[in-house]
Amino acid sequence: MEITGFTPVSAAIGGALIGLAAVLLMALNGRIAGVSGIVAGIMAPLRGEGRADLSWRLAFVAGLVLAPLIVSAIRGEIVAVSTPHPLWMMGLGGLLVGYGTRLGSGCTSGHGVCGVARLSKRSFAATAMFMATAIATVFVADQLMGF
Amino acid sequence: MRALSALLVGVLFGLGLTVSQMIDPAKIIAFLDVTGAWDPSLLVVMASALAVSFIGYRVALAREKPAFEPSFQLPTRTVIDRPLLVGSAMFGVGWSMSGLCPGPAISGAALGKGEIYVFLIALFAGMLLKDGFARPAAKSA
Repeated sequence: MEITGFTPVSAAIGGALIGLAAVLLMALNGRIAGVSGIVAGIMAPLRGEGRADLSWRLAFVAGLVLAPLIVSAIRGEIVAVSTPHPLWMMGLGGLLVGYGTRLGSGCTSGHGVCGVARLSKRSFAATAMFMATAIATVFVADQLMGF
Repeated sequence: MRALSALLVGVLFGLGLTVSQMIDPAKIIAFLDVTGAWDPSLLVVMASALAVSFIGYRVALAREKPAFEPSFQLPTRTVIDRPLLVGSAMFGVGWSMSGLCPGPAISGAALGKGEIYVFLIALFAGMLLKDGFARPAAKSA
């Protein structure tokens, strides 16, 4: 193992902002800041459910989209990201994340941050599971496919 | 008021993802690649977020109710069942294939990258595949 690209200071600051956002959504709106649940809730009115919650869910998502634009405006350049894996893996990955987070009732934010902070046993199990399968998948992709 | 607070909280959450570079799929994959060139930043993000939320939740939940809603809405299930484990396993595989989970993918929609839109369309499709499109009444008819 060789450590590269480690950015502990920005990671600690960014993490604190994420934690603060989770606390505020609970203190103000009484809700878990789980992005998969909030996004899925936006589609719930298609089934005639969750109409009353549509506005705050849409507002939260709008805030998520706005944030990188604010950072880009301050820095004077668009925040740079790169997607190292081929397009088919982005598509298949999206399908698995969508289906899996609904079946498993949460993702990195809802289970990994909010649930673990509440000391939920289900969230500890979910977080251990998705970390393990994610690390195993990258390992297999590395060894077999040479990514 | 509750929509305005959700908007501001969303911005704060997104700023956290952006500042920590968690919206960059390459950085997520570098974290998951523990046997290769490993970038432990995600671990620090999680630890920092958990430190703040662990303490903050105790303060917030000690109050009678949230500021803009009549009550706190907390998950009530406690059983570690098969759907939880299978779903989380699927999520982990998809997360490392793409380098994206739902939060960073939504924030990443601001950056105009085609690969992220492909992920997002598939994400919505996967969610609808599980949750269904139709009203329950229409389904039973």
